[in-house]
Order: sequence, then C-alpha cells, then structure tokens
Amino acid sequence: MALDEIKIGGMGARRRRVEDNRFIRGKGNYVDDIVLQGMLHMEILRSPMAHARIKSIDVSKAYEIPGVRLVLTGEMMAARNLAWMPTLSYDTQAVLATDKVRFQGQEVAAVIADDPYIAKDACQAIVVEYEALPVIVNPLQAMASDATVIRDDKENQPGNKVFDWEIGDREATDKAFAEADVISKMELHYPRSHPSPMETCGSIADFNRATGKLTVYMTSQAPHIVRAAVAMVAELPEHMIRIVSPDLGGGFGNKVPIYPGYVISILASILTERPVKWIEDKTGNLISTGFGRDVYLKGEMALRKDGKILGMRMNTISDHGAFYADAQPSKFKIGLMHSTFACYDLPAAHLTSTGYYTNKAPGGVAYRCSFRVTEAMFFQERMIHAAADDLGMDQAEFRRMNLVKDDMFPYRTAFGFLTDSGQYEKCLNVGMEAIGYSTFKQEQEEARKRGKLLGIGISTMTEPLGAGNSREYDILGIKMFDSAELRVHMTGKAILRTGAMNQGQGHQTTWAQIVAHELGIPADDITVEEGDTDTAPFGMGTYASRSTPVAGAAVAMVSRKIRAKARKIAAHLLEVSEEDIEWELGRFYVRSNKERGVTIQDCALAAYSNMPDGMEPGLENNAYYDPPNLTWPFAAYFVKVEVDAETGVWDVLNVVAVDDCGVRINPMIVEGQIMGGLTEAYAMASMQYITFDEEGNCIGSNYMDYLLPTAWETPGFELHEVVTPCPHHPIGAKGIGECATVAGPAAFVNAVVNAVSHTGVRNIDMPMMPNRVYEALTTGKDVSGMPPVRISE
Amino acid sequence: MYPSRFGYESPKTVEEAIAILDASGGDAKILAGGQSLVPMLKLRFAAPEMLVDINNIDGLRYINVEADGTVRIGALTRHEDLEYSDELPTASPVLAAAAHLVADPIVRTRGTFVGSVCHADPQGDWAAAMTALGGHIVAQGPNGKRTIEVKDFVIGPFQNALAYNEIAIEAVIPAPKGKSTGSYLKLERRVGDFATASVAVSLDMVGDVVARAGSALAGVGGRTIDATDAVASLVGQKLTEENIKTAAEAVAAAAEPRSDHRGTSDYKRQIVKTFVIRILTGLAESSQKVA
Ligand SMILES: Cc1cc2nc3c(=O)[nH]c(=O)nc-3n(C[C@H](O)[C@H](O)[C@H](O)COP(=O)(O)OP(=O)(O)OC[C@H]3O[C@@H](n4cnc5c(N)ncnc54)[C@H](O)[C@@H]3O)c2cc1C
Repeated sequence: MALDEIKIGGMGARRRRVEDNRFIRGKGNYVDDIVLQGMLHMEILRSPMAHARIKSIDVSKAYEIPGVRLVLTGEMMAARNLAWMPTLSYDTQAVLATDKVRFQGQEVAAVIADDPYIAKDACQAIVVEYEALPVIVNPLQAMASDATVIRDDKENQPGNKVFDWEIGDREATDKAFAEADVISKMELHYPRSHPSPMETCGSIADFNRATGKLTVYMTSQAPHIVRAAVAMVAELPEHMIRIVSPDLGGGFGNKVPIYPGYVISILASILTERPVKWIEDKTGNLISTGFGRDVYLKGEMALRKDGKILGMRMNTISDHGAFYADAQPSKFKIGLMHSTFACYDLPAAHLTSTGYYTNKAPGGVAYRCSFRVTEAMFFQERMIHAAADDLGMDQAEFRRMNLVKDDMFPYRTAFGFLTDSGQYEKCLNVGMEAIGYSTFKQEQEEARKRGKLLGIGISTMTEPLGAGNSREYDILGIKMFDSAELRVHMTGKAILRTGAMNQGQGHQTTWAQIVAHELGIPADDITVEEGDTDTAPFGMGTYASRSTPVAGAAVAMVSRKIRAKARKIAAHLLEVSEEDIEWELGRFYVRSNKERGVTIQDCALAAYSNMPDGMEPGLENNAYYDPPNLTWPFAAYFVKVEVDAETGVWDVLNVVAVDDCGVRINPMIVEGQIMGGLTEAYAMASMQYITFDEEGNCIGSNYMDYLLPTAWETPGFELHEVVTPCPHHPIGAKGIGECATVAGPAAFVNAVVNAVSHTGVRNIDMPMMPNRVYEALTTGKDVSGMPPVRISE
Repeated sequence: MYPSRFGYESPKTVEEAIAILDASGGDAKILAGGQSLVPMLKLRFAAPEMLVDINNIDGLRYINVEADGTVRIGALTRHEDLEYSDELPTASPVLAAAAHLVADPIVRTRGTFVGSVCHADPQGDWAAAMTALGGHIVAQGPNGKRTIEVKDFVIGPFQNALAYNEIAIEAVIPAPKGKSTGSYLKLERRVGDFATASVAVSLDMVGDVVARAGSALAGVGGRTIDATDAVASLVGQKLTEENIKTAAEAVAAAAEPRSDHRGTSDYKRQIVKTFVIRILTGLAESSQKVA
C-alpha cells in the first residue's frame, strides 16, 4: 500500500521547520557559540577617514597592555604577501591597509589578545597618523576628469572607472525609437542599503602546526568557494583546509564575499599557533561588509499609441565602493541587470552600464536577489508605471497587453534569456480580483473628495533564478552547478549532504521532503547536513535563489540513483526480474501481484546484509546537477496605500501577493519566504537606506540610524498562489526566496506615486520618507534621492 | 561592542548611593534603566570609572496620584509603568499619550521616566512632556533634597542641573488648575525611533475655558524646546478654530529645526503646526461634548 505523502512529510507537506526546534530553544550553534581550547580573540581597528594616506602606525602602546598577543598591520601582511587578496569579481581588495585607506571602516590593524575587551582597549591604543585626501562619495564625483584616483594601487587603472559594459541590439532599438508614437522616460536612484543579517560576520581560525591542517569556522554562504580561495591566497594545499559554516544567523548576500577579517584571523592563528576568534560588531558589519544596490538607473521606452511597447533603452551607473568585491557570474559585469523586462514582450532593447569606484565600503552584493535583478526589476516596474500613465492607460491593462502570453513559451527575451513557462495573465487576474481592482478608481475619487489620498500600485515580474547552467555561469571560472550526496543506512534512515548552505531557508526541512517524495523514506528519518567542506560534496553555496533550482534538483537526482539501485535489490528480494517491478511511494511490488512487495527500508537492509551476487554493497550515491536553464518564477504584487496630505506619512492598507514558483515543496516555508521578502520590500520603500555625508562618513552605522522595520509597522500580507511547474527541473520547482524583495519595492512606490499623481509627480526615490512624500505633494515635482545628498544645511 | 573597564556598585539605599557618588569626585555615573547609558558605554562614547546601579534601592518605583491631582513618579518607574497605568489617562493625559510613543516595547520595560529626563536628549520625549506640564524634579544630595523646575533642570543637550553627587529621586507634575487635558503626538520613522518632531500640549480646563496652557517640543532643536509662551494666548479663552491656528503657528515658530535627512526645517515646522492643530482640535471637540 502506497504511503500518504503528506504524512511522511513529502512534497506539499506543511512540515514544521526542523531547524526551529533548536533555534527557539537557544540551542543553535553559531560561530560565536564555538569555544576552542586556548582560543584568542581578535578585534579590528578601522579607519575613521574615508580617504587618507597612512603616514605612520605606532602599535607600541598596544603591546604595553597585558594580555595582548599580537598586533597585525598592513606592513606585516605585506611581508607575507597577504596585504591584498583577490575578490570574486577579478579585482583586488586590501586586507589591512598599507598605502592608504579608501573608505570609512576599512581595516587598518588587528589586535589578538586574551579576551575581546583587551583587544578593543589595545585597538584604541594604536596611533595612526593619516593625511586626508579628497573624498569621493558618488559616481558623479568619481567620473569627473580631475577626480582623485582611488585605486592608485592598480596599474592601468583608468580614473575611477571599474567597467564599461553593454548588451542588446543598439540598431534595432534605435529603429524602434524612430517608429515610436510616444517616448516615455524614467530616471531614478536605487539607494544603497545593507543586508544586515542578525548575526554579523565572524570566524575562528584554527591552524594546527602538528597536523598542518587549517580549520576555519566561519559565516559563509559559500564555504566551498572560500576553501578554493584560501588555497589560492594562503598557499595551503586544499586538502589541508577545512571550512565549516555552522548555523548562520541570516546572510542575504552579505556573507558571500570573503572579508579581510577572515583572512587576518587565519594568519593570526598561523602565527600564534592558537585558535583565533573574530566576531565583527554591528557597526563593523554595517560600515565595512557588502552593501546592496546603489545604482543610478535611467531609461526610455518606445511606445505605440495603442500601448504596445516597441523598445527600451537603458543605462546604469553603479557605485561599487573602493573595491569591486561582490560576486557575479564572470561574463556579466552588472550581474543579471539585463534580465530587466523579461516578462514583457519587448522586441528590442539595449543596455549600457558603467561602474565606478568611490570612497565607500565595497560591495554591490546581491542583497537577497539574483545578481542585481532587484535593481533591474525595480526600474522595470517604475518605467512601466510611468509609461502607462504617460499613455493615459490603465496600469493593469497596459501590463496585460504587453506581458508574454502563455502560448509564447519558450520565449527569447530582447537581451537573450530564455523564459520557459508561466501564466502571467492569470496571476494578474487573481491579484486584481483579490485587491478589488475594478472598484478602486471609484473608491479613490470618492476618497479624494473627502480629502483622503488613496493609491494603488502593481508590480509584475519574472526573474532569472538558480544560476547557472555551466555554459554561461561561473564565478572565478568555477562553473555554477551544485551537488548532493545521500547515504541510506541499513535501517532505512539516511543522511543527506549538499553543496548549498542553509542560512534560514530551511534546507534541513525541505531537502528531506524531496528525498521523502522520491524514496518514501519519512522526512523525519533523514538528517541533512551542509557547510563542512570536509564532508559535504563540492557546491557553489546558497544565494541568488539557487538552492532549490540547483542543489534541490541534485537532491532529487541522487534520490533517483538510490531508487534505481534499490530496484535491483528489490528484484533480488522478490525473485523476479527488474522489468517486473513497479514503484509506488516507499515500496516496490511485483506488477502481477501488488501484494508482493518490499519497502525501501527492506531494500536498505538488504544492501548491507543480503545484496545480489556481484552487486557493490551499500546504498549511497551522489549527484552533480548542472541545470539546463535558469528557473523563471512570476510575481504579481498589489499594494494599496493611504497618504496623509498634511504630513506625507503613508499607511499600507492592503498587500496582495500572487506568486507562481512552480511546485511548492513546503508551502509554509514558501509563504515564509514571501512574507520575509515583502517585509524587506516594504523596508526599502519606506526607510531602509544608508547614506554618506560629503566626508564619506557613513550615516547608518547603527540601528538607530539604519532603520529596519519591526513587526509593529510591517503591514499584513495576503498571499495567493498559481502553479506552473518548471519544465526542466526534476520536481518542477522554481526559486522563490527572493521574488518578493525583488518585485515588492516597486509595488509600494507605484502605490504612493499613484496616490499623489494628481499633482503631476512621476517619481519619488526610495526610501519614501514622509518628508519626501510631502515634498512631492506640495511641489508637484519628482523627488530625487540622488547626490549630493545633503545631510546638514 | 565592548565597553572600557569600569567599577560597579549596587547600593541598597539612596543615602549609600549618594555617598558613593560623593566619594567618586565626579567619575561615577548612575545606572537606572541603562537604555541610554549602556549603548553609550558599548560604543565607548562614555567611559565612567564607576557605575552606581540604583536598581536595588527599594521604594523608587511608583506613580502616585495625590488627592489634588499632583502626580509623583519615582526614579525607578519604567516607561511601561506609565504606559499601563490605569490612573494616568485621567490624571495626566499628556503622559498617557506619550507613554506608548517612547522607544519600543522592549526598551520600555527597562528605561525609566526619570532617567530619560536626566539624560536630557533633545529628542527625548519625557523631557518635552514634563516641560509642557510645568513639572519639576526632586534631587537629593549629601545636603538633602531640593526641587528643580524642569525648564531649569534640562540645561542643554545631554546636560542637566544635577551636581555630581546628586540623584534625581522623583519627578513631580503639579496639580492641574481644573481638569488636566492634552496630548502628545510624535512623527517617527519607525517604532523605537527618536522623534523627527514631536509636540506636547497640556491644557488645564475649567469647563470649556483654558485655565493653564503649556507646550514643548522634541526633535526640532538642539534642546528640548519650551513653547509654553506660544500657547499662552489660549489662557482664559475657549478653543476656537481661529485661536487654535494662531497658537499652532506660534508653536511652529518657536521650533528651531535643522534640515537633515529626516526633512527640511520647513517640513518639520509644518509637522509641528499640524500636530498642534490636531491636538487642540481634538480637545476642542471633546470639551464641546462635555460642555
Ligand atoms: C532602541 C532605543 C530607542 C529609544 N527611543 C527613545 C524614544 O523614542 N524617545 C525617548 O525619549 N527615548 C528613547 N530611548 C531612550 C530611553 O527612553 C531611555 O530609557 C532613557 O533615555 C534613559 O533612561 P534609563 O533609565 O534607561 O537611563 P540610563 O541609561 O540608565 O541613564 C541615562 C543617563 O541618566 C543618568 N541617570 C539615570 N537615572 C538618574 C537619576 N535617577 N538621577 C541622576 N541621573 C540619572 C545616567 O547616569 C545616565 O547619564 C530609546 C532607547 C533605546 C535603546
């Protein structure tokens, strides 16, 4: 008798997260929870200046403090060829500054001491003499012909430019514009923000002179990449390096890059021959580690009178801070920005992108998104909103007209992506129905008569999730596949390991559900382990919504390999030929007699005790999965707001989110991901940004200045689902971890802009702080957050 | 976030605490709720030699409403005690309105009313509320107790009038002339945010006539702003649309806001004005209902 899939925690089961049991009891195991024998503590001295030459560093006073074991400076790193390290985007980054500091918060020296208090005292005792240099805080300053060159350490560095890049068909796009009836324009700034995971970055490096082995416990979303990088930088043999990511307190892209602190702690452990723990404080995390966004986007859309989109021209200028240190697929300089407009039938498009160095923290990391798609989709939906308004068309109808239709798949986008599935119009309809779209305009007009300003905003998008396929996607040349290894023990229990790295996504819960679905082993009987490079198979880690599309597929594939072997064992046990065997969840049976069967557990036992002649014993295997394409989920979000005309304060009245992420493994986890993403979308739209003053001081170095919304102000969300299975994924799943952060912000901005559109305002840059909304309302002009951002009068 | 080394004392009586402060010669700091001091220690913005923790002193956590309407608040009364008080909504509607706008629910379980006034943050809510209400602080030192009007107590940003060996043991809101009414409105970017602008308006009413008017602002100047003069024109009057508007404009003019990333100075004045109008209009409506 087949098992009840929901009962065994298989596909579709709302299984409670296995992880939560230990987290809510305080039994998680984060880097800072790990205590090793003889462990020392490291603190980093950071630069107070954004751009300055280092004239001298005097560490003698630091050494006078009892308990100080080692003080490291750039000079000492340089002596070991470790003052600079490669980044994940073919740039270099200073580990400890030697020549000059290039952003406020840059690592200048490190103290290793008996406890962190002593280390902090000693940091304060280090005397650094700086000579101030002109500070560049935005690309506009960086591109000036007389701008100071920030990266004078690099040979052949043309000014402050990081890259120039373009994609698309310029000629066809020009032609589309020549034929256009209406040309609509949009220009905006997606402000800098910081992923700020609850847990900051940190590491414990433990070099054992006797065995020659280096073990590093650290906060990495991609431990295997770190092992490879350490092998290259530290010149240690790869088998003598073990990277362990224990429980991670969130990542959101912030824990993909390799940070100086990790590298310094490694050298410190080698020199002191003791484990060295480095735990970054909150300010250190906010001012020095990978930020997100900070892109200026500009574009114009060629339109036919009837509403058909003919072409799109777009330009981005991105601010990368002092080092180009975010990870991206090496072919694409500005991530997957060119996935913009992928859900629309857009005949011609062209994108030019330029990146600049500035005296700000390095990054541009994919903050909960697949390499810049957040900026891409935000621009897309602001542009679409403006175009519909310019044409005098209804927002929903304009989208309906231009969305790719169900029968057009597979659809080649203007920038060359291949979208493969979706029911865009259905999602739009579900959302319109749920938010009460048809009666909104009337409601809005009546409210206006009573002096109330209501607005509605829509955001629809598909995004490319789950890099890669190895033809197109690699990081530093390493192809973006992923892996899973499954060992079924003789009692039918199992352990699964993957090359992904959980940081809140619930892999322990959902991976087991995939195995349960494929093998009928109850999910509770499966242990899931990730993050230890000595035991887990090689993989590229978790970011860009790639876990389920890639590692998750590998889990299904390895389970199928196990099932294939189990089938042979079943034939042996049932004394029939393999062809006469049928499978139902958890059980093989004889086709002619359904009563005669063996369970997967019977097969597991036999694999160790009664295998067929000539068969290799055991029941374990691994799978490396190279996806044929990205996965393309679809989102249609609707937001209704009310704006207080006297203060500019806006309240969210209703949020409707329709998501199609294909087959849902665990609907509860999917819903959690969507709600989390919508919260971050609301955060971006309303308050969450990091600015800098003219001297390059970071405004937002603590949580009183860098605002994250709490449960108090976060609105409620109404979720709906549409299911279009992914045609190439073994279980039909698509990525979902980031859809809401990506598509969400535009829905909020579109709603507020809609509420004040009677004044002629077309754009308010995020975050839409009450003062910006008030300014828009009272001046009738767009409100730009573009620099120079004046902090004081 | 590791503070510098500091000593720690935990006296059991006010007298003992004063003796420790006195002996320290100015290098000690009182630790009340710790919600301002501890962050400053962790950021190393403050590095006192000694902390004198007053949390183990009995008898300092109370809200006493006396027969004549005087409200007395002890030095260890937490923000949440005001938030959940049954008596305050009638005894002092301004304090009741402000209580749930101070910080966030977690901070409110520890932070103290008196500690907040002592901290004298220009964006602090309680100093503004106290100023509008014309309250005073009772300080105790080696030579006994003295009373300091709030407007003389808060002498600048993060500066109060206490001597190094004095403790603020109580905050007092004087008895109203008639019925205590009023409210507190705050524009914040998020729960737990300090005020972009906030407004306290306190009116003592006899029937529908204003017997005493007080107002103060937080977040719109380098210190708590006493706008009591700006609402003085309301005394002896019934509230009308006209005098409400005049008062609101006068209060807005008393603000000294700076332009920053929270908004321009004009914007902040507009908020002050709007809030004064909203508070007074609300009071006018309810006093009409009563009358
Ligand atoms: C996240 C967060 C958000 C906040 N938001 C707000 C807000 O929106 N509005 C607002 O008004 N406040 C806010 N605060 C501050 C909070 O209200 C504090 O509780 C308050 O400012 C200080 O009170 P405390 O009891 O915590 O004092 P402590 O931190 O213990 O002390 C503060 C200072 O006052 C001195 N002091 C304390 N008690 C006495 C006393 N009895 N006699 C003499 N000196 C004394 C101390 O020595 C110290 O210098 C916030 C704090 C946090 C952490």
